[in-house]
Amino acid sequence: MNRYIIIGNGTAAVGCIEGIRSNDSEGSIIVISQENHAVYCRPLISYFLEDRTNIEKMNYRASDFYQKSGCTVIYGKTAVKIDTVAKQVFLDDATALPYTKLCVATGSSPFIPNFEGIENVNNKFTFMTIDDAIALKKTITKESKVLIIGAGLIGLKCAEGLHDKAGSITVCDLADRVLSSILDNDCAAIMQKHLEENNISFLLRDTAVKFEKNTAIMKSGKKINFDILVLAVGVKPNTDIIKNASGKIGRGIIVNEFMKTSLTDVYAAGDCTESLDASSESMKIMALMPNAYMQGHTAGVNMGGGNRKLNNMIPMNSIGFFGLHAMTAGSCFGEYIEENNEGYVKRFYINNGYLTGFMLVGKTERAGIYTSLIREKTPISEINFDMLKKVATSAAFSTEIRKKKFGGVI
Amino acid sequence: MKLIYVNEEWCLACHLCEYNCAFANSGVRDMVTALKGKPIFPRIHIEGDEKISFAVSCRHCTDPICVKSCIAGAISKSDGVVRIDREKCVGCLTCVLVCPFGALSPGEDGIMQKCELCIQNSFDEPACVKGCPNKAIVYEEREGNK
Amino acid sequence: MGVEFIYPEFEVIRNENRCIACRVCERQCANEVHFFNTEHSVMVSDESKCVNCQRCVSLCPTRALKIVKSDCTLRENSNWENDTIKEIYKQANSGGVLLSSMGNPRPMPVYWDKILINASQVTNPPLDPPREPMETRVFLGRKPEKIERDETDKLKCEIPPQIELSMPVMFSAMSYGSISYNAHASLARAATEIGILYNTGEGGLHEDFYRYGKNTVVQVASGRFGVYKDYLEAGAAIEIKMGQGAKPGIGGHLPGAKIIGDVSKTRMIPEGSDAISPAPHHDIYSIEDLRQLVFSLKEATEYKKPIMVKVAAVHNIAAIASGIARSGADIIAIDGFRGGTGAAPTRIRDNVGIPIELALAAVDQRLRDEGIRNNISLVIGGSVRSSADVVKAIALGADACYIATAALLALGCHLCRTCQSGKCNWGIATQNPELVKRLNPDIGSKRLVNLMNAWRHEIKEFMGGMGINSIEALRGNRLMLRGIGMTEKELEILGISHAGE
Repeated sequence: MNRYIIIGNGTAAVGCIEGIRSNDSEGSIIVISQENHAVYCRPLISYFLEDRTNIEKMNYRASDFYQKSGCTVIYGKTAVKIDTVAKQVFLDDATALPYTKLCVATGSSPFIPNFEGIENVNNKFTFMTIDDAIALKKTITKESKVLIIGAGLIGLKCAEGLHDKAGSITVCDLADRVLSSILDNDCAAIMQKHLEENNISFLLRDTAVKFEKNTAIMKSGKKINFDILVLAVGVKPNTDIIKNASGKIGRGIIVNEFMKTSLTDVYAAGDCTESLDASSESMKIMALMPNAYMQGHTAGVNMGGGNRKLNNMIPMNSIGFFGLHAMTAGSCFGEYIEENNEGYVKRFYINNGYLTGFMLVGKTERAGIYTSLIREKTPISEINFDMLKKVATSAAFSTEIRKKKFGGVI
Repeated sequence: MKLIYVNEEWCLACHLCEYNCAFANSGVRDMVTALKGKPIFPRIHIEGDEKISFAVSCRHCTDPICVKSCIAGAISKSDGVVRIDREKCVGCLTCVLVCPFGALSPGEDGIMQKCELCIQNSFDEPACVKGCPNKAIVYEEREGNK
Repeated sequence: MGVEFIYPEFEVIRNENRCIACRVCERQCANEVHFFNTEHSVMVSDESKCVNCQRCVSLCPTRALKIVKSDCTLRENSNWENDTIKEIYKQANSGGVLLSSMGNPRPMPVYWDKILINASQVTNPPLDPPREPMETRVFLGRKPEKIERDETDKLKCEIPPQIELSMPVMFSAMSYGSISYNAHASLARAATEIGILYNTGEGGLHEDFYRYGKNTVVQVASGRFGVYKDYLEAGAAIEIKMGQGAKPGIGGHLPGAKIIGDVSKTRMIPEGSDAISPAPHHDIYSIEDLRQLVFSLKEATEYKKPIMVKVAAVHNIAAIASGIARSGADIIAIDGFRGGTGAAPTRIRDNVGIPIELALAAVDQRLRDEGIRNNISLVIGGSVRSSADVVKAIALGADACYIATAALLALGCHLCRTCQSGKCNWGIATQNPELVKRLNPDIGSKRLVNLMNAWRHEIKEFMGGMGINSIEALRGNRLMLRGIGMTEKELEILGISHAGE
């Protein structure tokens, strides 16, 4: 009988459990969970701040999920070492757990630069876990002046979540625009304007260099007073456990299309991994929840004896602030075709006759049709792209393609 | 199992399916009260151009990418039906970003909604199918869908 | 344009309390009656364009619409009726011939409704159709005069070619061009399923429908459109169209604008050219000429198919039918003056020809008197509206009935009588692809099959009541009929007694 061990208890772990169980209903599964929580929807922590959801609703799976899946969860423990020869995982309490197949789904951690004086800042938070969100929610008051370092997805979602609860919110970032990892200048400007209209202040091309109690001294020399500091500079994949076992890592744990690491019988999935981006044909960290699940699931299927490839991963993001949504997918580099009108911008990146990326702000209906073009590598010549760029619609496909799409069992 | 299919050859773009859907899911007994003077948020919609038109609603995929992608764990599939728990959904639109059919759309409250084959309401067959004047929308079993 | 003399005939009544402005009416009206006023967010209508086809009424999901006849009338005048005056206005305005579609709407006598059917009581018991076998099958074609044996005393079994019908009804001629592809598909599929025949009309046979050949009558009309060897061989029978009940003595004219695409291909005439069917066949000026065409067609099809000759019911119909019966034709089809049409001059439609009931009785009697009734089968049409009309027609002497208007009604026609506009909102009398697709043949054929099954049930009920278990035994059995409210002369022509006699 197989003994499966999954390090981590996030989305990728759930995918992995469900993947294993699709092939093997017998083997034992042990999940090592650092957090003292059953799996929850990590991206919802900003909605939790906002009171748009609650702890109970944030459960990613029903309360009997582990039981029904025949899993044992070890809460509050951290896996510290893998012995690939003896095929054992060691926990921080020195327990050794033997495995036949292992999945590393350790996720990522906030990256905190070494700011001078940071240790003396009261009320500083990161924004990665439900515990972070609970602590933040407890501390915030209507008078709080909030400084968020980092205008990326995490920082801005946090800003939105705190909007109605804080006195003021300032976000700073060394980059010249908001959401610099996913939006270009023009699109970022639209989003920034919208955020500013909702009373979020920005300091761009600027960041804190040092802290004096509750004052941030900025690179520009400005001094910013705050009550609450949120550190959302970035995240780093948790790769140490593989690295220490001499597994291959880049910025993340390197996995192939079967979600195998370079170590025998060791798989990896989710935010800790680096895998092939089908839109750019390059290795990337694609830390987002849908990919985490799919990677986990693929790893699980293969761990359970299956033989499934996952080779259509692409980076993608759907993000909205105060009612304005932006979506991006694939690789957005080089020349683009633009469609715009009042309230929206759409940019499409076409390379060698294929759609390789897009960026949408304001008009996102049926964007999945665009995403599928990237994912399925549909030649632009097969579709009416002039129609499609204006409106995402299956009408842009030929009757035959549509018949295939809609006529049978998908 | 039976699913909703669209024969675009017969779709007249009359949009009745949208109204029947909005009504069926309104929980109100008569259509006038349910829909008069309000914008509608149906779970099926007509697409097309001057030449062709067709209705699009959830395909209830065998391996639904929306279920895998939902960041709120709000979408699930059971008994062949992909359903959404509107209590859990936060309206992040990730499902919109991944659904290759464009089958999901937000309701009036910004929370996502999708076709659930009218199993949750009092209609015994999907309202869009029942009300289609030209049998362009059918509810039937097809090859491979047992 | 000066004064508009004619007030719109209909009013569109929209119940504002019910209208949800879904705009289905707007999208479904090819006449562009309805439109949405975006400024005030309400639906408005231009009733001057309304033909009362009821498409919007039928599709309105909240039943917010009704179309009523306008009560704005001219001063009452029993001699100069409203319609009469308006027709004058129209002609004074256009200088043209008035055009109409479908059958004569005027209150002419309907003899079917003055005829009553018998039932058995006591002395000759009625039959229960569900319990006892009832035969509705008929065979059309020339029948042998008597039983013949060869020198070895064996029966001579060679009989002329026959058409077998599961019930004594056929769908009569409507051309592809006058009605849509989907209407034809519905008729062809339904005829095949029921086991009866439909008729191509004079527009040729679309290549897609050759596979329904066994249930098809292919027509040869004065324009000879679409006629060639494969076409003649495709059908179960060939019909020579000499005339049509709605417009006796008149040819046909399908404007070039409608001769496009498949219609042009099927008619075998160039796109854009007018399809003119002459009033006469220019090679037929006598029964002898007709005989030549009949035998030409038989020769072309190796004497395997019965030949029908269709004529309009006109004054001298008995003598004409007698001639046809001697021309070598196997079946004669007579079309009465209430029959429908895709387009006809109004005056002709409403004033030329005679009622089918009288024509049928006269022809059957004449052929019997001349001892040639078995030479030929008799099919009648021109407003056969129900199974009761069918039963009465059979008892008056018909072998089978042709129906067309009833079939179109089953397909959704609402008898708005504006086929000539080509904008049929029900997808029947149109070639506009947007409109044609409104008739899904899956639905259309099913409804036709339903209608015929219902009629067949009813015919069996009538037969059972009369104590007759085979429809053939009813043919010409005029004792089963009585007249009511008719003159001696009418009864004499119909060959029936008055009720109570």
